[in-house]
Amino acid sequence: MQIYRAHVLVCGGTGCTSSSSVKIMQELETQIANNKLENEVKVVKTGCFGLCAEGPILVVYPEGSMYTMVQVSDIKEIVEEHLLKGRLVKRLLAGNKESENITKSLEGVDFFSRQMRIALRNCGVINPEVVEEYIAFDGYKALGKVLTEMTPEQVIDTMKKSGLRGRGGGGFPTGLKWEFAAKQVADQKYVCCNADEGDPGAFMDRSVLEGDPHSLIEAMAIAGYAIGSNQGYVYVRAEYPIAVKRLEIAINQAREYGLLGKNIFGTDFEFDVEIRLGAGAFVCGEETALMTSIEGNRGEPRPRPPFPAVKGLWQKPTILNNVETYANIPVIILKGAEWFSSIGTEKSKGTKVFAIGGKINNTGLVEVPMGTTLREVVFDIGGGIPKGKQFKAAQTGGPSGGCIPASHLDTPIDYDSLIQLGSMMGSGGLIVMDEDTCMVDIAKFFLEFTVDESCGKCPPCRIGTKRMLEILERITDGKGEVGDIAKLEVLAKNIKASALCGLGQTAPNPVLSTLHYFKDEYMAHVNDRKCPAGVCKSMMQYVISAEKCKSCGICTKVCPANCIKGEKKVPYVIDQDKCLKCGACMEKCPFKAIFKNV
Amino acid sequence: MKSLAELEAIRNKALGEVAMRANKDGIRIVVGMATCGIAAGARPVMNVFLEELKKRNLNNVNVTMTGCIGVCRLEPVVEVIDSEGNKVTYVKMDAEKAARVVAEHIVNGRVCVDYTIGAEENK
Repeated sequence: MQIYRAHVLVCGGTGCTSSSSVKIMQELETQIANNKLENEVKVVKTGCFGLCAEGPILVVYPEGSMYTMVQVSDIKEIVEEHLLKGRLVKRLLAGNKESENITKSLEGVDFFSRQMRIALRNCGVINPEVVEEYIAFDGYKALGKVLTEMTPEQVIDTMKKSGLRGRGGGGFPTGLKWEFAAKQVADQKYVCCNADEGDPGAFMDRSVLEGDPHSLIEAMAIAGYAIGSNQGYVYVRAEYPIAVKRLEIAINQAREYGLLGKNIFGTDFEFDVEIRLGAGAFVCGEETALMTSIEGNRGEPRPRPPFPAVKGLWQKPTILNNVETYANIPVIILKGAEWFSSIGTEKSKGTKVFAIGGKINNTGLVEVPMGTTLREVVFDIGGGIPKGKQFKAAQTGGPSGGCIPASHLDTPIDYDSLIQLGSMMGSGGLIVMDEDTCMVDIAKFFLEFTVDESCGKCPPCRIGTKRMLEILERITDGKGEVGDIAKLEVLAKNIKASALCGLGQTAPNPVLSTLHYFKDEYMAHVNDRKCPAGVCKSMMQYVISAEKCKSCGICTKVCPANCIKGEKKVPYVIDQDKCLKCGACMEKCPFKAIFKNV
Repeated sequence: MKSLAELEAIRNKALGEVAMRANKDGIRIVVGMATCGIAAGARPVMNVFLEELKKRNLNNVNVTMTGCIGVCRLEPVVEVIDSEGNKVTYVKMDAEKAARVVAEHIVNGRVCVDYTIGAEENK
């Protein structure tokens, strides 16, 4: 065993990989070799740190110094200064960009210090492709404990007492689900993992798969022992190539070590996991459609009951849990149900990972205890809204969820409080919107998504959502009719009541919640033909202020439609008939003479 | 995987490699590695620390580098900082002295007073 005095961890998640972290690793190794440090410094590829907005990210241990937005050209300096001479490269340190206070270590960054990482405990700490590193951080210990010291009933009891609820959307108690499946008598049972993360903006499951794939395998084996199953399936979308590759590596390593296969830990228990790739249909994240797809059929939902715990995959009792749910399980087994249930709120225990995106400074992944307020997530951890703009609303739960307006910023977030606000936890996507967002446009965006992704099996979803979208398009085009809003409400209510699966039943939620909190915006669109946020193009104009215009002509050069005319010393004018409303002129005007007229 | 003991054995073996990432409050050995330190022989000193720690399987000790603290005449300078932040500064270190610091100070908690900056300055 080689002991190194320093480890350089490079983020190998999808975000940082796309901003060239692979090249950064190669350059690091070259520079380290150039300085003859290869026996002292180890380069480790790891999973997502969560601060994706600041990627590519590099963390140097033992100091825990976090370098952000690292370029390949910065590597030479980091190696020569930090690794060779022990001097921090201050200009690249996290937190150094906004303030004078230099943050030397990970723990000192607000983004991390306010989080509590359970599901993401190993992301950004271990090398996901080395099983020994997972084992070093207590990996597979929970599986060993379960197999050698606990009965299946005790495992289920622990899960029930922990209060863990499904992290994928519905929030069904995991222990209860396991108990239903365990009670079924059958020659074969299955354990499935839903890694078909489809909500726009959510990527926590991908990060767990990329950063800590063994925790999923371990938890699925624990679930297999609890319900009496020997076969697991992970249904993951093919658009996650890095996640799929790491999961494959992890499964093979687990098989080599005998952590999957027969006689695990010297007991009679056998378990194996296989990967099934999904083609990326949103509906396949719905449990019955997912199982239909694993069976090799077109991914369409079927009515429930019978529930999967009774008749699931190939008509056999099956449990299906989400990646993040599984990632919590080994820790619950090791630290106990009491520990886990001491975190969170009365009915929602533990932590939740949120993928924060949209109009927010620290785009990325955060894990906070249930009951943390939206304000803490958005402002304290998320770093607030860019350019000093006002917070307008946050969208949770993706196309099945709804909006939470600024007036509810201080609501503690848990499953039940979000339902009360007309939204839902969903998988944990959190899209922040500022004052420049049109809520009707947002509702239209999510409905476009559901119309696109509707499988077409049941008419309420296939036809109903299409009709709703048509009305919304009419409203945003400035052609809204009196009674449109009432029609939307009736349609929404009927679709909710009659659609076959969760996708259809929740599809109207974005419309209902924006209607609830921002009805005045809908009214302004229909009655006054105005879009207050200035987003809907048919209802706004770009105008040049005659007073401010210095006739520099820059706008005419950027205008793709050639619709700005003017001459020296005469203010320029936009031809509204030809204007495409792209906004390029406003962006480029050095005198801020162009503005939106709503 | 046949038993928990087997898992524990793998764990212990791997722990040494990753301990520095989990270890927030162990002992830190800081070696001055600016030009002055390197010229005075800081690199072999640091290597001895690494080797001795490995030999003794001391996972809770981190070896890090730092720059010049200004007493170039006393280099190589090594500081040992315990989990409470108490600092001992050793000066004019060499490979032999480094091995003794590990054996006496790190393992047994007895500061090697004769190597400290105080002892040197009072000569």
